[in-house]
Amino acid sequence: MGNNNNDNNSAVKIVKNIAFRIYRWDGANPDDAPQMKVYEVPVYKGMTVLEGLIYIKHYLDQSISYRASCRMGVCGSCGMMINGKPLLACQQQILKLETDTVELRPLANYPVVKDLVPDLTRMIVTHQAIKPFIIRRETPPEEIGGEFHQSVEELVNYLQFSYCIKCGMCMSACPTVGSLPEFHGPQPLGQALRYINDTRDEGFEDRLAVMDTAEGIFRCHFAGACSEACPKGIDPAFAIQLLKGEIVRRGIFRKKAGASAALMPLTQENPPRRENIPTPPPRTVE
Amino acid sequence: MAKKNDLGIRGWFYAGRYGPQRYAYTIQRITGLSIIVYLLIHVFVTGSKIFGGETWNRVVIDGLVGNPVLHIGEFLLFMAVLIHGVNGFRLMLVELGFFLGKPIRNIYPYETCLDRNRGFLYICGVVIAALAAVGVGDFFKFI
Ligand code: SF4
Ligand code: FES
Repeated sequence: MGNNNNDNNSAVKIVKNIAFRIYRWDGANPDDAPQMKVYEVPVYKGMTVLEGLIYIKHYLDQSISYRASCRMGVCGSCGMMINGKPLLACQQQILKLETDTVELRPLANYPVVKDLVPDLTRMIVTHQAIKPFIIRRETPPEEIGGEFHQSVEELVNYLQFSYCIKCGMCMSACPTVGSLPEFHGPQPLGQALRYINDTRDEGFEDRLAVMDTAEGIFRCHFAGACSEACPKGIDPAFAIQLLKGEIVRRGIFRKKAGASAALMPLTQENPPRRENIPTPPPRTVE
Repeated sequence: MAKKNDLGIRGWFYAGRYGPQRYAYTIQRITGLSIIVYLLIHVFVTGSKIFGGETWNRVVIDGLVGNPVLHIGEFLLFMAVLIHGVNGFRLMLVELGFFLGKPIRNIYPYETCLDRNRGFLYICGVVIAALAAVGVGDFFKFI
C-alpha cells in the first residue's frame, strides 16, 4: 500500500488524502514539550479513524502509540479526542467528520501516558469502589440454588445502564470532572444505579458510602455531556439524576433497601433437553 | 510518568459541540458565581452603616444611588438572579428524577434523557425571556 494506492489492482478506492494532526508526547521523556505532528493518510470510503492510525503506525511512523483492541466498539479501548470531542476511533468514519484535517488528542481529564494513551485508573478505581456486582445480604449468590424472577419492566429498568464498556469517554466530556478532579464522575455513578435498580440487588447501603459524599452524585449539575458522549447509549446523566432522587426518597421515607425479586427454585436437577438441540462438540483440551 | 490533561475551567466553555443543557450548565455556574460576588460587595457596602448615618449617606445615597453604571449593574444582577432562579428550579426537579422519562432499551440511534428534557428547558427559556422583557421595561422606564 502507499499513497499511490489508487491503481486498478487495488480493492479500495482512495477518496482523498486527509491530514492527521496527532498529539505526541512520551512519558519516558517527560521534559519534552508535547508536539502536534501531521501525517498524510489516504482515505477510502468507510475508513475509520482507527484504521487511519493503523495506517500511520504501519507505513509512516512506528513510534506512535494508541490503544485499541476489538475495532468494533465493544472493548472501549480506543476513546480519544477527535476534533475536540470524545469519540471511539473505531466507530468514527473519517469522511463523516467532513473536515480536511483530523485532530487527535488523548482523552481529556485523564493523565497522558504516551501520545494517545490515557491512564484510566481514576475511573476504574471508583468503579471498583461502587461494588459493580449483585450484593445479597444473607445468602451469597452462588448458594441461593434457584433463579430470580424478573419482569420485562424490571429488566428494562437497569438494562440500558448495563451496556457500559468502560471506555471512559463520559468522564472526559464532563465539565465537572474537568474542573474538580476528585469528582467520581459519570461512569462509576451511572454503574451504581445499574445495580441499585436491579431487583436482585440488596447493596444500596454499601454503595452509599461512595455515592453520597462531597465528591459523589450531588456534585453533578446535569450538564448532560456524558450522555451525549456515550457511544453505547448508557445515559449516565439520567442514571445519576435517578440515583439522586432515589437517595432523597429513601432518606425521607426511611425506605429500607432490599431486593424484591422473587426466588424461583429450580424444580428439576437435570431438566430434559429438547430433541432438536445438537450436543456440543467433544472437548479438545483437558 | 504521566502528564496531567484535565480541561479545568476551560471545560465549562468547551460546550460548542454539545447540546443546550451543557450551555445551561455553564450559564448556571457563571450566574451563580456572579451572585456570590455581588453578595460579598453588597454586605460590604451595606456594612458602611456601622460607621454611622453620615458614612452611609456618603457611600450609598451620594455614591451609588442614581449612578448609571450601577443601574446597568443592577439590571445584570436582576438577569443573573432570574436565570439562576428559573433554571435552578428546573434543575431541582430534574435532579430528583422528574421530567426525564423512564429507562428505555438503548437501540441506536440512542435517545437520552436530554432529549426528553429539552421541552422543559425551552419552557424555562421562554419564562426567562418573558420576565426579562418585563425587567427591561421596568429598569429602563419603557413602561
Ligand atoms: S457510560 Fe458510556 S461513555 Fe461512560 S464508560 Fe460507559 S460506555 Fe463509556
Ligand atoms: S477498538 Fe474496541 S472500542 Fe474501539
